[in-house]
Amino acid sequence: MERGLFMSRSTFSYEAKGAVLVIHLPKELDHHNCLDLKYETDLLLAENYVSRIVFDFSNTEFMDSSGIGVLLNRYKQMTGSGGSVAIYGVGAQVHRILNVGGLARLMPCFETKEAALAV
Amino acid sequence: MDNIGNENPQKKKEGGPDTDTIRLEIGSLSKNEEFARVVIAVFMSRMNPTLEEIDDVKTAVSEAVTNAVIHGYRKNPGIIYIEAAITGQELTIIIKDNGSGIGDLKKAMEPMYTSDKSGERSGMGFSFMEAFMDSLEVESQIGKGTTVRMKKRIGG
Repeated sequence: MERGLFMSRSTFSYEAKGAVLVIHLPKELDHHNCLDLKYETDLLLAENYVSRIVFDFSNTEFMDSSGIGVLLNRYKQMTGSGGSVAIYGVGAQVHRILNVGGLARLMPCFETKEAALAV
Repeated sequence: MDNIGNENPQKKKEGGPDTDTIRLEIGSLSKNEEFARVVIAVFMSRMNPTLEEIDDVKTAVSEAVTNAVIHGYRKNPGIIYIEAAITGQELTIIIKDNGSGIGDLKKAMEPMYTSDKSGERSGMGFSFMEAFMDSLEVESQIGKGTTVRMKKRIGG
């Protein structure tokens, strides 16, 4: 999926498990890499019944406030329609950003994908 | 236009024999956000920082460059000027654009405030720069651009 050393545009990949949409996030979750996410998830949410979005951070080494923005917007989308959002696989840098950004209080954070899906 | 480029390095405030300086001019493109933070991370590695200190600086640089791309140049072509200086254990980073400038700086720096209408922006850029660096100064003038100056002490 990822080409080159860095600076290449990483993409998101999506996995549907019943009414749960798992979004696998790229290595660097910044403004550049977030550009396609809104369009792609809006399309997926319009075409499928999704009651829970689970974000997979296992490959993500860096996130800034642009990542907070897209997470917060998906959170509002899901909770607005009675759904939920969860995350898993968070590393040290992302953990700090989630805390400073105040998202750690909003979204349950799980160690593994299985745990995030089980709820 | 280019104040950073025209300044004499010997006469700079942070200049002098004990200061290590780099300058970088990058196009205002979203793909350069990562490039900028990686360059600064490599530059500051000579200060023997902790991983956490590198992450903090990378985040702050990413925020300032992203602001220049989205708000400064409003996704139009432009040049972002980045300067970093090491004096002892202090890292200074200056990120400057000659873009549209910020009308109400106080408001722009409020946590969660964003002028963006897409709903995808968190409005936390300046808050993150403040949170992850020791000091933050922002100067902005409508029609002239914005300069962000940040400092952080590395290693205690």
